[in-house]
Amino acid sequence: MTTANIHILLFFGVFIILLLVTGFYYILATINLIRILLGLELITKAVTLAIIVVGYVTGNIALAQSIVIIIITIEVFVIAVAAAIIIRIYKLTDSLDVRNIRSLKG
Amino acid sequence: MNYDLLLLIILMLAALMTVLSTRILIAAIGLALTSIMITIIMFRLNSPLAGVFELSICAGLITVIFISTISFVKPLTDQEIDDRTKLRMKKYLALPVLLILIGIILIALIKPISIEIPVTIQGLSVREILWNMRQIDLLGQVIILLVGVFGIVVLFRDIQKEAHKK
Repeated sequence: MTTANIHILLFFGVFIILLLVTGFYYILATINLIRILLGLELITKAVTLAIIVVGYVTGNIALAQSIVIIIITIEVFVIAVAAAIIIRIYKLTDSLDVRNIRSLKG
Repeated sequence: MNYDLLLLIILMLAALMTVLSTRILIAAIGLALTSIMITIIMFRLNSPLAGVFELSICAGLITVIFISTISFVKPLTDQEIDDRTKLRMKKYLALPVLLILIGIILIALIKPISIEIPVTIQGLSVREILWNMRQIDLLGQVIILLVGVFGIVVLFRDIQKEAHKK
């Protein structure tokens, strides 16, 4: 790997780590179920960006793109099913507070 | 590199907008803005196909899913928004400081090292890799698609049944 590519990796890497920290902080600090999903999305975006940057600097951009496409497709289904579950919880508890689902039946 | 730095700073600002906004709708729009910034970065890193997916699905479809979910929830009153804004300021005040600190520490500590790349797949297109090399992944995607659709149908069917009973 050339020195220029290593610098690109480190340059993007700093921002990818910051985006990851933002997502984790959001998930840990919030009690709202929709906001937890938004935090999960931020983490996924950091991972997506990391894969593309690594693919670019290592010359495996086609492989990186195919992996990102798979990640994005799975991400949509995760978000859609999680959103449906959140709507269901909201109908049952009339709240989006994550503390309300601590005592689940069964 | 300067354009990339500008894009990455806007990306972080959009992410902070997602985290710090009191209204969830603005947070969802902030997330869409984050996706748009990632799309532009992907185009700059020679990944147009991944960029198109990111723009159409993450900035489009996922934002629509979030807005649809938000539309099921009762809106907050002005008094609740005021109270929550104060609470959020206390809760998230540490985040920008934490990010600046981590940024400074990373810039100071990280040094360029030589990395050995074991295998490179060059000369193949995305289509060839996706259909010829990642077949198991595609099978997994199909299963997840079916499970996802089935799960959503079951969840919404129960909600409709309860609405009919009422």
